[in-house]
Amino acid sequence: METPSSHLKVRRSDNVTIVSFVDRKILEELAIQEIGEEINRLVETEPGVRLLLDFSGVDHLSSAALGMLITVNNRVKEQNGLLRLANINKQIFEVFKITRLNKLFSIHATADDALADL
Amino acid sequence: MDIPVEYGVPQTRLTRVRVSNMVERVREAENAIVALMESQGYGEDDVFAIKLAMEEALVNAIRHGNSNDATKFVTLQYFVGEDRIIVSIADEGPGFRPEEVPDPTLDENLEKPHGRGLMLMRAYMTDVRFNERGNEIWMMRLIEPAGGQSAGERDASVAGE
Repeated sequence: METPSSHLKVRRSDNVTIVSFVDRKILEELAIQEIGEEINRLVETEPGVRLLLDFSGVDHLSSAALGMLITVNNRVKEQNGLLRLANINKQIFEVFKITRLNKLFSIHATADDALADL
Repeated sequence: MDIPVEYGVPQTRLTRVRVSNMVERVREAENAIVALMESQGYGEDDVFAIKLAMEEALVNAIRHGNSNDATKFVTLQYFVGEDRIIVSIADEGPGFRPEEVPDPTLDENLEKPHGRGLMLMRAYMTDVRFNERGNEIWMMRLIEPAGGQSAGERDASVAGE
Protein backbone atom coordinates (compact mmCIF):
# COMPACT_ATOMS: atom_id res chain seq x y z
CA MET A 1 0.00 0.00 0.00
CA GLU A 2 1.36 3.40 -0.92
CA THR A 3 0.46 6.53 0.91
CA PRO A 4 0.36 9.57 -1.35
CA SER A 5 2.69 12.32 -0.24
CA SER A 6 4.57 15.17 -1.79
CA HIS A 7 8.01 14.09 -0.55
CA LEU A 8 7.80 10.47 0.59
CA LYS A 9 6.73 7.06 -0.60
CA VAL A 10 5.66 4.88 2.30
CA ARG A 11 4.97 1.16 2.22
CA ARG A 12 4.75 -1.69 4.70
CA SER A 13 6.54 -5.00 4.53
CA ASP A 14 6.41 -7.57 7.35
CA ASN A 15 5.66 -4.94 10.01
CA VAL A 16 8.45 -2.71 8.76
CA THR A 17 7.61 0.79 7.56
CA ILE A 18 9.72 1.51 4.50
CA VAL A 19 10.10 5.14 3.55
CA SER A 20 11.74 6.30 0.35
CA PHE A 21 12.21 9.81 -0.96
CA VAL A 22 10.65 11.39 -4.02
CA ASP A 23 13.16 14.25 -4.23
CA ARG A 24 16.70 13.70 -5.51
CA LYS A 25 17.89 16.60 -3.40
CA ILE A 26 16.96 16.99 0.27
CA LEU A 27 18.05 20.60 0.67
CA GLU A 28 15.18 23.04 0.96
CA GLU A 29 14.36 24.09 4.47
CA LEU A 30 10.61 23.80 4.02
CA ALA A 31 10.84 20.39 2.34
CA ILE A 32 13.13 19.10 5.09
CA GLN A 33 10.72 20.34 7.73
CA GLU A 34 7.80 18.66 5.99
CA ILE A 35 9.71 15.39 5.53
CA GLY A 36 10.69 15.42 9.20
CA GLU A 37 7.13 16.06 10.34
CA GLU A 38 5.78 13.34 8.06
CA ILE A 39 8.27 10.72 9.26
CA ASN A 40 7.82 11.71 12.89
CA ARG A 41 4.04 11.26 12.51
CA LEU A 42 4.67 7.71 11.29
CA VAL A 43 6.94 7.09 14.28
CA GLU A 44 4.63 8.59 16.88
CA THR A 45 1.60 6.56 15.80
CA GLU A 46 3.43 3.27 16.21
CA PRO A 47 5.25 2.47 19.46
CA GLY A 48 8.13 0.10 18.76
CA VAL A 49 8.13 1.18 15.12
CA ARG A 50 10.56 -0.60 12.81
CA LEU A 51 11.53 2.02 10.27
CA LEU A 52 13.67 1.74 7.17
CA LEU A 53 14.68 4.90 5.34
CA ASP A 54 15.64 4.01 1.78
CA PHE A 55 17.84 6.69 0.13
CA SER A 56 17.74 5.24 -3.39
CA GLY A 57 17.78 8.08 -5.89
CA VAL A 58 18.84 10.72 -3.36
CA ASP A 59 22.02 12.42 -4.54
CA HIS A 60 22.25 15.55 -2.39
CA LEU A 61 21.48 16.42 1.18
CA SER A 62 22.46 19.21 3.52
CA SER A 63 23.36 19.52 7.18
CA ALA A 64 19.74 20.54 7.78
CA ALA A 65 18.66 17.16 6.39
CA LEU A 66 21.16 15.43 8.70
CA GLY A 67 19.61 17.35 11.58
CA MET A 68 16.17 16.14 10.57
CA LEU A 69 17.42 12.53 10.49
CA ILE A 70 18.90 12.94 13.97
CA THR A 71 15.57 14.22 15.26
CA VAL A 72 13.84 11.21 13.67
CA ASN A 73 16.39 8.91 15.29
CA ASN A 74 15.73 10.48 18.69
CA ARG A 75 11.95 10.03 18.25
CA VAL A 76 12.39 6.39 17.21
CA LYS A 77 14.46 5.76 20.33
CA GLU A 78 11.80 7.40 22.52
CA GLN A 79 9.30 5.00 20.98
CA ASN A 80 11.60 2.03 21.62
CA GLY A 81 11.70 1.48 17.90
CA LEU A 82 14.39 0.60 15.41
CA LEU A 83 15.73 2.78 12.60
CA ARG A 84 17.80 1.57 9.68
CA LEU A 85 19.17 3.50 6.69
CA ALA A 86 19.89 1.91 3.33
CA ASN A 87 20.96 2.60 -0.26
CA ILE A 88 22.95 5.71 0.60
CA ASN A 89 25.11 6.65 -2.35
CA LYS A 90 28.89 6.88 -2.05
CA GLN A 91 29.08 10.66 -1.90
CA ILE A 92 26.38 10.99 0.73
CA PHE A 93 27.88 8.16 2.77
CA GLU A 94 31.08 10.21 2.81
CA VAL A 95 29.06 13.03 4.41
CA PHE A 96 27.91 10.61 7.12
CA LYS A 97 31.52 9.52 7.69
CA ILE A 98 32.89 13.06 7.87
CA THR A 99 30.26 14.02 10.43
CA ARG A 100 30.70 10.66 12.24
CA LEU A 101 26.98 10.07 11.87
CA ASN A 102 27.79 6.61 10.50
CA LYS A 103 28.43 5.84 14.19
CA LEU A 104 25.00 7.10 15.24
CA PHE A 105 22.94 5.48 12.49
CA SER A 106 22.75 1.86 11.46
CA ILE A 107 23.49 2.04 7.73
CA HIS A 108 23.14 -0.87 5.32
CA ALA A 109 24.17 -1.19 1.69
CA THR A 110 20.80 -2.45 0.50
CA ALA A 111 17.19 -2.41 1.68
CA ASP A 112 17.27 -6.22 1.94
CA ASP A 113 20.30 -6.08 4.25
CA ALA A 114 18.51 -3.48 6.39
CA LEU A 115 15.29 -5.54 6.50
CA ALA A 116 17.29 -8.55 7.68
CA ASP A 117 18.48 -6.39 10.60
CA LEU A 118 15.00 -5.25 11.65
CA MET B 1 37.35 41.90 2.49
CA ASP B 2 39.43 41.25 -0.61
CA ILE B 3 40.28 37.79 -1.84
CA PRO B 4 43.02 36.23 0.35
CA VAL B 5 46.45 36.55 -1.31
CA GLU B 6 47.02 32.83 -0.69
CA TYR B 7 44.19 32.00 -3.10
CA GLY B 8 46.50 33.04 -5.94
CA VAL B 9 43.87 34.83 -8.02
CA PRO B 10 43.56 38.62 -8.39
CA GLN B 11 40.36 40.29 -7.26
CA THR B 12 39.70 41.44 -10.82
CA ARG B 13 39.24 37.83 -12.01
CA LEU B 14 36.25 37.27 -9.71
CA THR B 15 32.68 37.42 -10.90
CA ARG B 16 30.48 39.34 -8.45
CA VAL B 17 26.72 39.05 -8.13
CA ARG B 18 24.42 40.67 -5.60
CA VAL B 19 21.05 38.99 -5.18
CA SER B 20 17.98 39.41 -2.97
CA ASN B 21 17.93 37.35 0.20
CA MET B 22 15.55 34.76 -1.27
CA VAL B 23 16.30 31.09 -1.77
CA GLU B 24 15.21 31.16 -5.44
CA ARG B 25 17.47 34.12 -6.32
CA VAL B 26 20.45 32.67 -4.50
CA ARG B 27 19.79 29.27 -6.08
CA GLU B 28 20.07 30.83 -9.55
CA ALA B 29 23.52 32.18 -8.70
CA GLU B 30 24.52 28.79 -7.28
CA ASN B 31 23.33 27.05 -10.46
CA ALA B 32 25.38 29.42 -12.59
CA ILE B 33 28.54 28.43 -10.74
CA VAL B 34 27.74 24.72 -11.06
CA ALA B 35 26.99 25.16 -14.79
CA LEU B 36 30.34 26.88 -15.23
CA MET B 37 32.09 23.99 -13.47
CA GLU B 38 30.31 21.43 -15.63
CA SER B 39 31.15 23.35 -18.82
CA GLN B 40 34.82 23.25 -17.80
CA GLY B 41 34.71 19.49 -17.35
CA TYR B 42 34.82 19.23 -13.57
CA GLY B 43 33.93 15.77 -12.27
CA GLU B 44 31.04 14.81 -10.06
CA ASP B 45 33.09 14.72 -6.83
CA ASP B 46 34.13 18.34 -7.31
CA VAL B 47 30.62 19.41 -8.25
CA PHE B 48 29.21 17.57 -5.22
CA ALA B 49 31.75 19.26 -2.92
CA ILE B 50 31.09 22.76 -4.25
CA LYS B 51 27.31 22.31 -4.20
CA LEU B 52 27.43 21.08 -0.63
CA ALA B 53 29.74 23.82 0.64
CA MET B 54 27.77 26.54 -1.16
CA GLU B 55 24.48 25.17 0.11
CA GLU B 56 25.66 25.35 3.70
CA ALA B 57 27.15 28.84 3.30
CA LEU B 58 24.08 30.18 1.52
CA VAL B 59 21.65 28.78 4.06
CA ASN B 60 23.74 30.36 6.81
CA ALA B 61 23.74 33.70 4.96
CA ILE B 62 20.01 33.75 4.16
CA ARG B 63 18.70 32.37 7.42
CA HIS B 64 21.22 33.30 10.10
CA GLY B 65 23.02 36.31 8.65
CA ASN B 66 20.11 38.03 6.94
CA SER B 67 17.43 36.57 9.26
CA ASN B 68 15.25 35.52 6.29
CA ASP B 69 14.67 39.21 5.52
CA ALA B 70 13.86 39.47 1.78
CA THR B 71 14.80 43.17 1.70
CA LYS B 72 18.44 42.26 2.43
CA PHE B 73 21.03 41.03 -0.04
CA VAL B 74 23.56 38.26 -0.43
CA THR B 75 26.76 38.97 -2.36
CA LEU B 76 28.53 36.12 -4.13
CA GLN B 77 31.97 36.31 -5.67
CA TYR B 78 33.40 33.36 -7.53
CA PHE B 79 36.14 32.07 -9.74
CA VAL B 80 36.16 28.76 -11.58
CA GLY B 81 39.68 28.10 -12.82
CA GLU B 82 41.56 25.09 -14.12
CA ASP B 83 42.74 23.83 -10.76
CA ARG B 84 40.75 25.81 -8.22
CA ILE B 85 37.27 27.00 -7.42
CA ILE B 86 36.83 30.01 -5.20
CA VAL B 87 33.53 31.13 -3.71
CA SER B 88 32.82 33.99 -1.36
CA ILE B 89 29.43 34.67 0.20
CA ALA B 90 28.61 37.76 2.24
CA ASP B 91 25.44 38.71 4.07
CA GLU B 92 24.33 41.88 5.84
CA GLY B 93 24.12 40.33 9.30
CA PRO B 94 26.13 41.07 12.43
CA GLY B 95 28.44 38.11 11.76
CA PHE B 96 29.38 35.23 14.04
CA ARG B 97 32.46 33.74 15.66
CA PRO B 98 33.31 30.48 13.90
CA GLU B 99 35.67 29.46 16.69
CA GLU B 100 32.70 29.31 19.06
CA VAL B 101 30.86 26.68 17.03
CA PRO B 102 31.19 23.39 18.97
CA ASP B 103 32.72 20.34 17.27
CA PRO B 104 29.70 18.32 16.08
CA THR B 105 31.74 15.12 15.81
CA LEU B 106 32.34 14.87 19.57
CA ASP B 107 30.38 12.02 21.16
CA GLU B 108 28.38 14.44 23.31
CA ASN B 109 27.28 16.41 20.24
CA LEU B 110 26.48 13.56 17.85
CA GLU B 111 22.77 13.54 18.68
CA LYS B 112 22.37 17.30 18.41
CA PRO B 113 20.51 18.22 15.22
CA HIS B 114 22.41 21.44 14.47
CA GLY B 115 25.94 22.68 13.94
CA ARG B 116 27.32 20.57 11.08
CA GLY B 117 27.34 23.11 8.23
CA LEU B 118 30.65 24.74 9.06
CA MET B 119 32.51 21.46 9.54
CA LEU B 120 31.16 20.14 6.22
CA MET B 121 32.38 23.26 4.43
CA ARG B 122 35.80 22.79 6.02
CA ALA B 123 35.85 19.11 5.06
CA TYR B 124 34.99 19.65 1.41
CA MET B 125 36.99 22.81 0.77
CA THR B 126 40.78 23.13 0.89
CA ASP B 127 40.52 26.45 2.72
CA VAL B 128 37.70 28.21 4.56
CA ARG B 129 38.05 31.59 6.25
CA PHE B 130 35.92 34.50 7.41
CA ASN B 131 36.29 38.24 7.60
CA GLU B 132 36.77 39.71 11.05
CA ARG B 133 33.09 40.53 11.49
CA GLY B 134 32.10 37.00 10.51
CA ASN B 135 29.50 37.90 7.87
CA GLU B 136 31.64 36.99 4.84
CA ILE B 137 33.06 33.57 4.06
CA TRP B 138 35.84 32.75 1.60
CA MET B 139 36.31 29.18 0.42
CA MET B 140 38.69 27.58 -2.04
CA ARG B 141 38.84 24.04 -3.35
CA LEU B 142 42.09 23.03 -5.01
CA ILE B 143 41.73 20.20 -7.47
CA GLU B 144 43.88 17.13 -7.00
CA PRO B 145 45.74 15.94 -10.09
CA ALA B 146 44.17 12.86 -11.70
CA GLY B 147 45.13 9.61 -9.99
CA GLY B 148 45.67 11.27 -6.62
CA GLN B 149 43.70 10.72 -3.47
CA SER B 150 40.14 11.95 -3.80
CA ALA B 151 39.21 15.11 -1.94
CA GLY B 152 36.68 13.18 0.14
CA GLU B 153 39.32 10.70 1.30
CA ARG B 154 41.82 13.45 1.98
CA ASP B 155 39.34 15.52 3.92
CA ALA B 156 37.98 12.61 5.91
CA SER B 157 41.50 11.84 7.12
CA VAL B 158 42.14 15.50 7.97
CA ALA B 159 38.83 15.71 9.83
CA GLY B 160 39.73 12.61 11.83
CA GLU B 161 43.06 13.92 13.06
